[in-house]
Amino acid sequence: MSEALPRIEEPVAEAAAAPRRAAADTILYMDGVTVSFDGFKALNNLSLYVLAGELRAIIGPNGAGKTTMMDVITGKTRPDSGQVFFGGDVDLTRLDEAAIANLGIGRKFQKPTVFESQSVFDNLELALKGPRGVFAGLFGGLNGAQRDRIDEVLARIALGELRDRLAGSLSHGQKQWLEIGMLLMQDPELLLVDEPAAGMTDAETAKTAEMLQEIARAHSVVVVEHDMEFIRALDCHVSVLHEGSVLAEGSLAHLQDDPRVIEVYLGR
Amino acid sequence: MLLSGDHGRLLSPLGVKVTLAVLLAAGVLVPVLNLAVPEGSAFHVPSYLVALLGKYLCFALLALSVDLIWGYCGILSLGHGAFFALGGYAMGMHLMRQIGERGVYGHPVLPDFMVFLNWKELPWYWQGFDAFPFALLMVILVPGLLALVFGWLAFRSRVTGVYLSIITQAMTFALMLAFFRNDMGFGGNNGLTDFKDLLGFSLQSDATRAGLFAASALVLALAYLLCRWIVCSKVGRVLVAIRDAESRVRFLGYRVERYKLFVFVLSAMLAGLAGALYVPQVGIINPGEFSPANSIEIVIWVAVGGRGYLHGAILGALLVNYAKTYLTGAAPEIWLFFLGGLFVAVTVFLPRGIVGSLGGLRDRLPFPGPRPAAGEAGG
Repeated sequence: MSEALPRIEEPVAEAAAAPRRAAADTILYMDGVTVSFDGFKALNNLSLYVLAGELRAIIGPNGAGKTTMMDVITGKTRPDSGQVFFGGDVDLTRLDEAAIANLGIGRKFQKPTVFESQSVFDNLELALKGPRGVFAGLFGGLNGAQRDRIDEVLARIALGELRDRLAGSLSHGQKQWLEIGMLLMQDPELLLVDEPAAGMTDAETAKTAEMLQEIARAHSVVVVEHDMEFIRALDCHVSVLHEGSVLAEGSLAHLQDDPRVIEVYLGR
Repeated sequence: MLLSGDHGRLLSPLGVKVTLAVLLAAGVLVPVLNLAVPEGSAFHVPSYLVALLGKYLCFALLALSVDLIWGYCGILSLGHGAFFALGGYAMGMHLMRQIGERGVYGHPVLPDFMVFLNWKELPWYWQGFDAFPFALLMVILVPGLLALVFGWLAFRSRVTGVYLSIITQAMTFALMLAFFRNDMGFGGNNGLTDFKDLLGFSLQSDATRAGLFAASALVLALAYLLCRWIVCSKVGRVLVAIRDAESRVRFLGYRVERYKLFVFVLSAMLAGLAGALYVPQVGIINPGEFSPANSIEIVIWVAVGGRGYLHGAILGALLVNYAKTYLTGAAPEIWLFFLGGLFVAVTVFLPRGIVGSLGGLRDRLPFPGPRPAAGEAGG
């Protein structure tokens, strides 16, 4: 089990106590992560592994620790204990948000967060992978290749016609896509996506699932979602979070038969 | 609002060209009409007016510095008067050293107030201010350094919003109390005054005052262009992004605290420069300039003119200060009520200020003007 880390069907046991570095193809490695807020354990000895190139869905009832998990990975929250490694050997618990983002971890928030008073194009430009310093920002400009890249992403998120519109004037679904587009501009190795289908129409939801599957061909993607239809559309490996740790993992069909999962989540 | 179509078009909105043209025209015309046109002519600009307008221009530069951080980066500093006053004190120290033996006590080195306090030698921090280039450097460096230390501590600890505003108030209040003390070595209560000349030109002469006015107009125009260049660059777009969704910017990999520190320090330096231009024109600098109420007034100028346009801040500073001059002369007792009422009225009826509301009017016309409309290509 220590060699073939992923696809663990049972909750991770204590067997992995020794500081075990992840296998080369593991992009995200969380082991024994605990976070408590005023005594409440938002994450309780959480262990989770994501393979490079994998599309992974995380489900769980409210308060299961899904968003806290993302906060830990992106440096917003420091874990009380446990290990978080990225790409095998980078310890994420020592880095801040900006450093982690520059390593290649992108995050999409639950509520679509775009820069509302700036145009769609500007939003993508701000996210474009490249130097992040003040000096570069004062003297740099976009080159042809970068403009092409922005155009390419505009087409992919179906906002090419709206490139000069202020992001604040977009519909809810369009904002979600713009934010996904911003993640593409960052070209991260790992994308964390929090409830991408929240508040979307059925058609928008289907299109979003399609976008994410396409993205997952070139990137590792972790999706947190409530919507079972959406998870089904993603057709990927699923981890069920409950009370701050992983309750079960496997395919959605497999999980729907698991009595523990039914008890805490699906059955209700 | 203005931002979406601004790429690389440093001078594109009409307001930018108008602002620069008015500043440069004023910088030339006012001195000429003061010096070359004889008194009694309808076109003569009296000397008192030159000094008054020069003062307004310094306030406009100060307002511009506040708009750069508040309008574009959401940093509401309620202590910017401190940077203005520090720049003013640095210039005041140079002017004091220039007095030389012409002081009341005739001491060759020590300013009058030090002789009065029985000090025997110049404190170390007064050394070097006899040289104008050094004083000019300090005008920029001292406010910049204070902003660097203050900003580094505040932004690194992620102090934002109203908490930041409160500690900036505390900063300027603390400095005011410190500068009131005689043993600080800055003239205590009375501050620095009785200046004689600057670079060999008598401060009492009309020609010097006209020169100071022209210098103020030129510095304001240059500072405006500098700010404009910054807000039109990608840095400007990052700043606006920080203003609108700070944590999102962090998750994009930008070091928010570095961007904030950059504009905060730059803004403090501009404020210091404004103070340095102000002091020779009004002839005095005292600790009253640090008073928290002064700093709040600056924010009102920016709010009235329109936050986040740069020229809005300049317009606001000129208008409110003209109103202040007029009202404190005509009906001094109502000035503070007027100022308070103005702030409430602007917040309620003109939340985007004068410039923003004019732009808003244009938006509602059937033809939105030169701004790229939705769906139009380019960018």
